[in-house]
Amino acid sequence: MDKDEALGKLIDLALRRGVEEAEAFYSEAEETPVLFEANRLKQVTARQVAGVALRVVADGRLGAAASSHPQGLDELVEMALESARYGPQAHLQFPPPQGYPDVPTYDPAVPSTTLEEMVRLGEGLIAAVRAEEEGLVCEASVRRTVQEVMGLNSRGGRFRYRRTVFSVGLYGTLVRDTDMLFVGDAKTSCQPIREVMDIVEEVKRQLHWARHTARVRTGELPVVFTPLGVASALMGPLTLAFSGRLVHQGQSPLAHLLGHKAYDPRLTIWDDPTLPYRPASRICDDEGIPSRRLPLVEGGTVCHFLYDLQTAGMAGAQPTGHGYRTPAGQTSISPSCLVVEPGEGSLEEIIASLDEGLVVDQLMGAGQGNVMAGDFSGNVLLGYKIERGEVVGRVKDTVVAGNVHQLLKERVLAIGGRPRWVGGGLLVPPIAFTALSVAAKS
Amino acid sequence: MDQDTLRQLMEEALRGWDVDYIEVRIDDTAATRIAYRGRDLEEIGRAHSFGGCVRALYRGGWGFVSFNDPSQLRRWTEMAVAQAHFVGHERSLLAEVEPVVDTVPPHLVKDPRPIPLAAKKELLDEYLDIIWSTPGIASSSIFYSDSHKRVMFANSQGSFIQQERIDVTVRIAATARRDGDLQQASISLGSLGDFSVVEGLHQEVRRLAQKAVELLDAPYVKPGVYPVVLDPVLAGVFCHEAFGHLSEADHIYENEHLREVMVLGRPFGRPILNIVDGAALPGLRGSFKYDDEGVPAQKTYLIREGVLVGRLHSRETAAKMGERPTGNARAIDYRFPPIVRMTNTYIEPGEATLEDLLADIKEGIYACNWYGGTTSMEMFTFSAGEAYMIRQGRIAEPLRPVKLSGNVFETLMNIDAIAKDLAFNQGGGCGKGGQMPLPVSNGSPHIRITRCVVSER
Repeated sequence: MDKDEALGKLIDLALRRGVEEAEAFYSEAEETPVLFEANRLKQVTARQVAGVALRVVADGRLGAAASSHPQGLDELVEMALESARYGPQAHLQFPPPQGYPDVPTYDPAVPSTTLEEMVRLGEGLIAAVRAEEEGLVCEASVRRTVQEVMGLNSRGGRFRYRRTVFSVGLYGTLVRDTDMLFVGDAKTSCQPIREVMDIVEEVKRQLHWARHTARVRTGELPVVFTPLGVASALMGPLTLAFSGRLVHQGQSPLAHLLGHKAYDPRLTIWDDPTLPYRPASRICDDEGIPSRRLPLVEGGTVCHFLYDLQTAGMAGAQPTGHGYRTPAGQTSISPSCLVVEPGEGSLEEIIASLDEGLVVDQLMGAGQGNVMAGDFSGNVLLGYKIERGEVVGRVKDTVVAGNVHQLLKERVLAIGGRPRWVGGGLLVPPIAFTALSVAAKS
Repeated sequence: MDQDTLRQLMEEALRGWDVDYIEVRIDDTAATRIAYRGRDLEEIGRAHSFGGCVRALYRGGWGFVSFNDPSQLRRWTEMAVAQAHFVGHERSLLAEVEPVVDTVPPHLVKDPRPIPLAAKKELLDEYLDIIWSTPGIASSSIFYSDSHKRVMFANSQGSFIQQERIDVTVRIAATARRDGDLQQASISLGSLGDFSVVEGLHQEVRRLAQKAVELLDAPYVKPGVYPVVLDPVLAGVFCHEAFGHLSEADHIYENEHLREVMVLGRPFGRPILNIVDGAALPGLRGSFKYDDEGVPAQKTYLIREGVLVGRLHSRETAAKMGERPTGNARAIDYRFPPIVRMTNTYIEPGEATLEDLLADIKEGIYACNWYGGTTSMEMFTFSAGEAYMIRQGRIAEPLRPVKLSGNVFETLMNIDAIAKDLAFNQGGGCGKGGQMPLPVSNGSPHIRITRCVVSER
């Protein structure tokens, strides 16, 4: 059976059982990673994943079920009906047919990239990085993915789009007795990546700055987060606070701050799923709400939160197109492409302005602790000491802690001018703070 | 498709390839999930996941294909073989293992499957009511899941193994709020095949909600270096994060520097320290009879009397390091190849009591309960859900949750006292290589670390 037809049949089966509304969602992906271990090609993989999810509204209650079994339509309807018996009150209507923006996310050059080309790219990357540091033991991956997403609901709403993703990453380990250094970078796009010199340059910078070891004192210090550092430490707790669900439940520290200046006036953030060829871009979310650019913070003022259908209905807000389907079929709220507006000055210029401080590329364990409140803290996995405007070496056994909301309100030293993509969905410049709590082994 | 048909399909698919090794694995998982966020029931229902994978080895190169539709198994197999041929240019090494034909029923104490969804929901509703009857509570979350997984495994060396397991987990969290300040307390519990871990938690849930409210009045710790006493839950996480990951041989086997660091016989701790991993311990969440390469479960000493004596292996890492396979190759589901993972990892009990551990500490931290943890092999960080100052040998005022960080090589050496009260924490799931959460358990008695970096939040 054709997929379109199968989804239609699923909706019919559910409607015939007397449900008020039904929605079927199908996604399939074929991922082909080429994996390198210990500087050598190790494994080629093809991962095919497909699954169907069904949501129904029956007697005013929402039920959901998901299956990856290719012959399970009847079972799926049964499971969704059972779920609806106990399910939450439905506060949504599935969207009717509507137009979607044109968002390019598919490039046929991705599936036609050969394994040989992918291997050459990975080998070239490893060789270029090891030319800088011969002792580096590298893991690398080059992957291409082709996805297809479809949705259909009982109000006639339907969407279908394809996406390609190509990504390249390198992680190197340098071991000197019990001293271990981890460096790396990755990039990803909906189009094939042919050029990896930026990854090589980034890894070289990390190696160069980590060449010597430096000591840091316990206390409060200025801290500069590189774009990688912003991604690893700050974005998780920050974006959580914009979840419409947490706002509605009063759990977000921003719950009562819509329209208020909650941050430094230099801070502007938006979410934009319409950016061409970004892996997090899409014509619509997984519930069929059209994509649009949504400002979250403008000049320090909180201006929107992220909603899916059900949460928007509960909160009396408009859905913003941020319903995201997990592989197990649940709907959750998630940003797409987040963009932090750049300010001025390069990373090096910010560093040059500091007499003493820390640079953070990667915090380990930053997602633990009281994330809901915006707290983060972590062991500096990759970070450096600044003395008299210069990086003097790598710091270790050092913990940095803070509250992202408080820092972005009261302690912004600089938002830098050279943003870069981190992962598939974050475009961010370096961000520096006047003082953070730093604990170090004395 | 019934099981006999699947078995036939699997065995046929393995025949006639020019490879050094090939295996097929098919899982079928039925799961029930109930989730509350705040007072709202967010999700209730079941999900069915079915799929399989083929892994082929040719001249040291691996091919791997995962799929949902087993009727084209021969085609998937052909793809995996072609990939392995594409990659392989060296020599395949796999530790010898006796072929096994076996069927392993699930370990069951109280089966969650016959319990109606309505009854499970009612029980969680009771806990929800307790949380929300506590003054000061602003939010809560409850996640319950049980799953029944059947895995069929066949390889080209004649093994055919069918194993079933039933997992039960629950996580309950309460958040208190005053002005802009939020504090959370939580518990995570789990079991292999025993629904009763979820029952009778009323007192514990009440205490949890009160704890969250009390934390609003607790001060932050003054960041710095302290002597630290860990409760069994947190010490178990420490053992898993700080040492367990480091003993996974897939990090080590192709890195000559790490092989030097992790050389067997190297002292890692004082003679009181013994660390073990093993799926052969019955009835824990990390327990099974065969791993995902069909290797029988074992009990492996990693540290004995302070000295490194073993590590965790897959068949490939064992062969490449000239050591014995330990049955630690695990895959979270059919979408992934097996990689080296922990099972039940624990610090063996010593002689002391908690009072002995506290006695000579003038100023220190007593850290309990688990929030999370992570490691980069050398450095680790893990979070306590509860913490107290230790003053003059006694547990004193409560603190807000703290984070402990350190360097594994120093910190293991700094464990200077181990109590006798071994207990296992089964509420966690381990993540590695994109595969998370894998069921594991961690265990330990109370332990004391002479110096540890402690930070707020």
